[in-house]
Amino acid sequence: MSEAKRKVTLKVFRFNAETDYLPTYKTYEMEIGKDELILDLLNRIKWEHDGSFSYRRSCRHGICGACGIKVNGRATLSCKQNAMELVELFGDELVFEPQSKKRAIKDMIIDKGDFWEKHAAIKPYVETEVDPHPKSETIMSKEQVENFLDADYCIQCGSCHYACPVIEVNEDYLGPAAFAAAYRFTVDPRDNAGRERLEITAELGSGVWDCVKCFECAEACPKDVNPIEKITKLHNLQFEKGVAKRNVATKHAEGFVRSIKKFGYLDEQDIVLYSEGLGVVKHLSEALKMIKAGKVHPFDIFKKKMPRSKNLDEIKKLIDISQTNQL
Amino acid sequence: MSKLKYALYTGCTARESTPELLSSTMAVANKLGIELVLLDEASCCGASHLQDFDDFLSLVLNARNICYAEKLGLPMVTICNTCQINTVMTKERLDSDPELKAKVNEKLKEVGLEYKGTVSVRHFLYALIDDYGLDKIREKVVRPLSHLNVAPFYGCHNIRPSHLHHKHNKPLPIELGVEDGGGYESFTTEEFMEKYTHENPYNPTSLDRLIEALEGNSVDYESKNKCCGFHVDLQAPKTSNALSGTALTEAMDNGADVMVTPCPLCQLNLDLKQESAGKQLGRDIELPVLHLPQLMALALGCSLEEIGLKRNVTKATHLYA
Repeated sequence: MSEAKRKVTLKVFRFNAETDYLPTYKTYEMEIGKDELILDLLNRIKWEHDGSFSYRRSCRHGICGACGIKVNGRATLSCKQNAMELVELFGDELVFEPQSKKRAIKDMIIDKGDFWEKHAAIKPYVETEVDPHPKSETIMSKEQVENFLDADYCIQCGSCHYACPVIEVNEDYLGPAAFAAAYRFTVDPRDNAGRERLEITAELGSGVWDCVKCFECAEACPKDVNPIEKITKLHNLQFEKGVAKRNVATKHAEGFVRSIKKFGYLDEQDIVLYSEGLGVVKHLSEALKMIKAGKVHPFDIFKKKMPRSKNLDEIKKLIDISQTNQL
Repeated sequence: MSKLKYALYTGCTARESTPELLSSTMAVANKLGIELVLLDEASCCGASHLQDFDDFLSLVLNARNICYAEKLGLPMVTICNTCQINTVMTKERLDSDPELKAKVNEKLKEVGLEYKGTVSVRHFLYALIDDYGLDKIREKVVRPLSHLNVAPFYGCHNIRPSHLHHKHNKPLPIELGVEDGGGYESFTTEEFMEKYTHENPYNPTSLDRLIEALEGNSVDYESKNKCCGFHVDLQAPKTSNALSGTALTEAMDNGADVMVTPCPLCQLNLDLKQESAGKQLGRDIELPVLHLPQLMALALGCSLEEIGLKRNVTKATHLYA
């Protein structure tokens, strides 16, 4: 870090849902030191500038998950984030906002009800018959523990949930934190509810197939849980455990093998026809636009215009010997 | 500087529904004197969907693609953000897990190949900026874009996750010229800020800087680093339309004449779905969306045919006039 102290401007979202019609941004100027955390700045706003300023805080050790906010649009766990680092990143003006402005109750405090409801929906606990008088401990192997990957580090802070664009446009979507938890308990060897969780997360509309693969969750997580990796694991588990039903999303994923085997490349027309079935009619207007621009060739029945990878036999053979899942 | 030479992994889209991407890429390389060797043996990367069905198969196929760049001893470049991330995610996992690498190589051996991990994999955008250089690109501009307000749309898979971007897309170390394959390991315990130094996913600048090098005016808008929704277009069109429509209307409201993106999947979604997104949002949406090499080809004076503006769904030919 450069100088010991730096003068910064904090632009802070202020709103009281009980009394205010619209939110405002208030500006606070302060000199900050190299060791101050974002949480220290929140405290200083309250203690030095305005006692009515409200935010959640508790452990100050990056474990309770209460103090998540957004700084310049970036999900931030206040008690874990050095302030000067963000000044280096965004400049001398830091914008403090709640994780989700549309859920704001007071200043940085949001109604996190949707998060908890969705988290509870995937049974975030080990479900098992417990012997009240066990003769020995339940010992897990190293491999079984490693299989959790890092999903167990989640502190339910909501950083990924409110960074996820799907949460903002689809109220049924369970979201990355719920999925990471679903994965964590599904691969727990003591647990018996894995199949149920896989069925819940396989639902179209609310489950993992509605993930847009934007990696916002991986970027937002202060504990490196990497939720999107767990989402991919859940997708694969659906096929491994025979939970996956044939629908537009599963056929879309599986349909890639069908194309790659034939051409090496993805047959873009076939994947839509194959995935949608009769539902393909809804793409008619877009198909016509693509035909007009010369992007697709509907009458190319013998697929003469489809490119083919060189050494296609290699690709076919690799698919035959490497494919592990079936739909 | 010795002549820049790369193995180009085109992906599927550039050879199918967006041939304008491939023709403009080759035209730009030609104008700049960059040599691109097509990896014709490569297959589809799985477009982030195959890995949901069969993660191991996806690893094997992506590793095979990299093998062909390794055989040439050339650094690999991609022209699709999703090809880029699928390839580097494979590379990252194989390079850091000898057991997994051995399992994949066991399969590759059956077809006489071996994944070594000796070449770098970068998006062409960053090869242009970091290896060729923005100043040199500026010198080659014959049709300055000063009359155009250009909205950059970065596309998720080039900028997130930032540690993967940083590790794989940052410039090659000087001691390892690109002609040496450019493969290197960088397992470091980096400071927090380090991963944001090449491209900050919360405030990316590469495309903006490139637009300015072409003398265009880059448009600032909130959605420029957000998701276009392409990957759920079939199963959740409402989500996709909401995201693409928001990006397009924001760009228009901020005065954009044209949008540009380094990802053909973003391009297809944003170009093709304007009518349906507009209907959902209750807005008229009309904004030409160009592939990055199309915009460059325009400024570098390539022909209309090479730029392929007739292949864009939303009218873009007027940009050539």
